[in-house]
Amino acid sequence: MNSFLTILKRDVRLAIRDGNTGGMAVAFFLIVVTLFPLGVGPELPILARISAGVIWAAALLSALLSLDGLFQADFEDGALDLFALSDPPLEYVVAAKAVAHWVVTGLPIIVAAPFLAILMNIPADGLWILILSMTIGTPGLSFIGAIGAALTVTLKQGGALVPILVLPLYIPILIFGVSAIDSAIFGGNPVPSLLILGAITLFAMGLAPFAAAAALRAALE
Amino acid sequence: MLVHTSLLNHTLHHKPAGVRSSPMQKYANPLRFTRLADKILPWSSAVAVAAFIGGLYLALAASPPDFQQGESVRLMYVHVPNAWLSTQTYMFIALLSAVSIIWKHPLADLGAKAAAPIGLIFTGLALITGSIWGKPMWGTWWVWDARLTSVLVLFFLYLGYMAIWRAIEDQQKASKVAAILALVGVVNIPIIKFSVEWWNTLHQPSSVFRAEGPAIDGSMLWPLLVMVLAFQAYFVTVLLWRMKAEIVERKLLALQYQEASE
Repeated sequence: MNSFLTILKRDVRLAIRDGNTGGMAVAFFLIVVTLFPLGVGPELPILARISAGVIWAAALLSALLSLDGLFQADFEDGALDLFALSDPPLEYVVAAKAVAHWVVTGLPIIVAAPFLAILMNIPADGLWILILSMTIGTPGLSFIGAIGAALTVTLKQGGALVPILVLPLYIPILIFGVSAIDSAIFGGNPVPSLLILGAITLFAMGLAPFAAAAALRAALE
Repeated sequence: MLVHTSLLNHTLHHKPAGVRSSPMQKYANPLRFTRLADKILPWSSAVAVAAFIGGLYLALAASPPDFQQGESVRLMYVHVPNAWLSTQTYMFIALLSAVSIIWKHPLADLGAKAAAPIGLIFTGLALITGSIWGKPMWGTWWVWDARLTSVLVLFFLYLGYMAIWRAIEDQQKASKVAAILALVGVVNIPIIKFSVEWWNTLHQPSSVFRAEGPAIDGSMLWPLLVMVLAFQAYFVTVLLWRMKAEIVERKLLALQYQEASE
């Protein structure tokens, strides 16, 4: 647990001092959401109808933004080799780094989401479920994203490839995240969707470290 | 720069006599594999051509029009085999990827790589024929129903899989990374299969695989099955062609490096 926390702290500190992760993710999130009223039109009922989907889709894109940095810097300066040689298994390192990614991108997105939801005229019933569904779903985004980041770690221009690899895998999170909010807004029961969302996140947390670590090992050979 | 020299070595070194190998090891030898492929290819291509001719005749001329859908039901005979083969090919790639990771079988990743573009075409054709069929049936080219959407996602999975092969220059590294991606993506296959039950929308539920037996009449089932046979034989033929081409390509590359190093 100690090494987990050490890696987590190290990555969070690096991201904060680097200064272009958390703030960038939120700024990007804000801009993407702003595009939709401009594109769709300012009618409040339409915005209310699409608010949950727009915010979730924007969250997926924001989570993608900082993914290619997840292992790249450590791969290039050799830190990843040291991680692979050191005592805690690489799976463990991947999990710690994914959690760090969530802390610097997922968490700011969750904090920003309710404000954007109000801009999107989300009905009040959906607001708490939005926060809840994002809290449950965004860790899944970081963990699934870690797979894509690990698969493309050797590529100098992996940036364009990561979305192609990762976004299809994000789709279930998008579907159930939005359906939880929509059922809360339109008089349904959000609990089943939230439970499935939780299952997807747990599944991703269980599977992704192994897949990503395997990809990193292949890259380090 | 690493080259797939193991393929070349297999052909150069003879195995000591008296060592028996399993069939899986036996066909890790690309020369043996090529010989086997050459034996299968005439048959598979003949079956493909014959089944296509017979199946298209049955589908377009001999089978009756549907009492609801009319003549446009004939699209089914092209659409359904494409849709089946699109998921089947992905399962095939995932299976070979697992074989490649577990046993490091040199032909497994070669087969997976060779199958991907075929699967992509099947998936694309399933989407296009489905769309053409959807226009008269649903009155629109595209509906965002669960099944269509998950086939579209499958299309993206194929694209990502092929993109990673293309992006990583070192083919041995690429085979490992692509295999991991294929296994991660296979999680999507059950979602496709069960999405009909999950969301239950416009797309009609599966009418061939049902517990009570096929809901489709024999006069339409037979042409469909012949067409499926044609597509399967086509898949085998093109797969073997592509694998043979890939073997030759890698051998050429290995020879070039050998020559350059001398």
